Amino acid sequence: MPKTITAPLDRAAARSLRAGDSVLLSGTVYTARDAAHKRLCELAARGEPLPFPVEGAVIYYVGPTPARPGRAIGSAGPTTSYRMDAYAPTLLRLGELGMIGKGKRGPEVIAAMKEAGAVYFGAIGGAGALLARCVKSAELVCYEDLGAEAVRRLEVENLPLTVVIDSLGNNLYETGRAAYLAQRAAVER
Amino acid sequence: MREIDAAAITEAVARLCIQANTRLPGDVKGAIAAARQAEDWPAAQEILDRIIENGAAGGEVPICQDTGMACVFLEVGQEIHIAGDLTRAVDEGVRRGYAEGFLRKSVVSDPLERVNSGDNTPAMLYTDLVPGERLKITVAPKGFGSENMSRIAMLKPSDGLEGVKAFILDAVEQAGPNPCPPIVVGVGIGGTFDKCALLAKRALLRELDVPNGNPFYAALEEELLEKINALGIGPQGFGGRTTALAVRIETLPTHIAGLPCAVNINCHVARHATEVL
Repeated sequence: MPKTITAPLDRAAARSLRAGDSVLLSGTVYTARDAAHKRLCELAARGEPLPFPVEGAVIYYVGPTPARPGRAIGSAGPTTSYRMDAYAPTLLRLGELGMIGKGKRGPEVIAAMKEAGAVYFGAIGGAGALLARCVKSAELVCYEDLGAEAVRRLEVENLPLTVVIDSLGNNLYETGRAAYLAQRAAVER
Repeated sequence: MREIDAAAITEAVARLCIQANTRLPGDVKGAIAAARQAEDWPAAQEILDRIIENGAAGGEVPICQDTGMACVFLEVGQEIHIAGDLTRAVDEGVRRGYAEGFLRKSVVSDPLERVNSGDNTPAMLYTDLVPGERLKITVAPKGFGSENMSRIAMLKPSDGLEGVKAFILDAVEQAGPNPCPPIVVGVGIGGTFDKCALLAKRALLRELDVPNGNPFYAALEEELLEKINALGIGPQGFGGRTTALAVRIETLPTHIAGLPCAVNINCHVARHATEVL
């Protein structure tokens, strides 16, 4: 059974999640990918406040397709996360507690996650049409000039995610694969 | 001499951009369904079910939000005269298709300045002159989650078949969960540095239910698929059998001193749509 969680995350909830957990996330998440992360970190470097409340924030690495009239959003699946690795530690130190994306993270991000008690969630890459159904509203926050890369506030309902890396540094990309290979070896013996 | 109006090319490209991004081709649907049948790891089965559901959810919205760079392959019959500017006609088709289809504009006009071109142009245009008086247009939108995991190596002749296999398997291993597995692995072997990379991309255009016409390479495609699906990466990298749906190999003659090998990875949203004018 998936766990139900709410964003923004509170510290206890974030710390209770474990790599491999299936979760359904509801609440407010912010979108940001390459270009927006660069600008957010430039703000942080100048000591200026971010354009959204970062405490407990969950950031979804997504650049959606444009919404058709009457729809909240277009297709909205995750982008590959390692491109945000240069920026993620800065945001984690400012209070970010959740990141949604797909693919590997670097050791510096995992170290910053452990320090912050933060979680990295995987959404199914390539399943943008399905994931869009969980987005109830999308509102521009800033950086409209970036188009698909602008920061948007999304209200989501039961967004299906998997905990990939937890606040202790457990990593499903390693444990999931190892478990499958162990089972496969056992069957072949 | 048959005349084709550039405006007809624009219309076809626009249609194909929308079709490719919103409807998963039958060969890809079939390959995903077959992989689901063969998958024995419950967590992986669950993800494949979601991916199948997503394929059915397209139409109104694109299957994937990365509606890609528009790779446009033209086979131009030598007996055709095109009335108008061909490159402009293709770009105009991309511009219209991406606007009318509510597709994402994912192109920056300069790789370092990085300002969005706003209309997903220019297309990545490939033209081949062929005998005859037909114009075949294939649009294959290419997402960059998988494109970024692609590689090329100028291997030595002494590396041989084993070197080629090792390079391909290493490319898939290094890519791991990043390119949205299950993936399609396009392989180019031979030619020159640039032709080899193009071969790997062209390999991705071959239908997933059509093996290489050469029995040796058809067997190599099968062998590599089996080896890739023994890596355990699995759908989304969470573990499982289904790391790849297919391996597609294309080859060219090459130089006595060289053995180029390129791997162009595609995700499970392996989009392509074709029309013949």
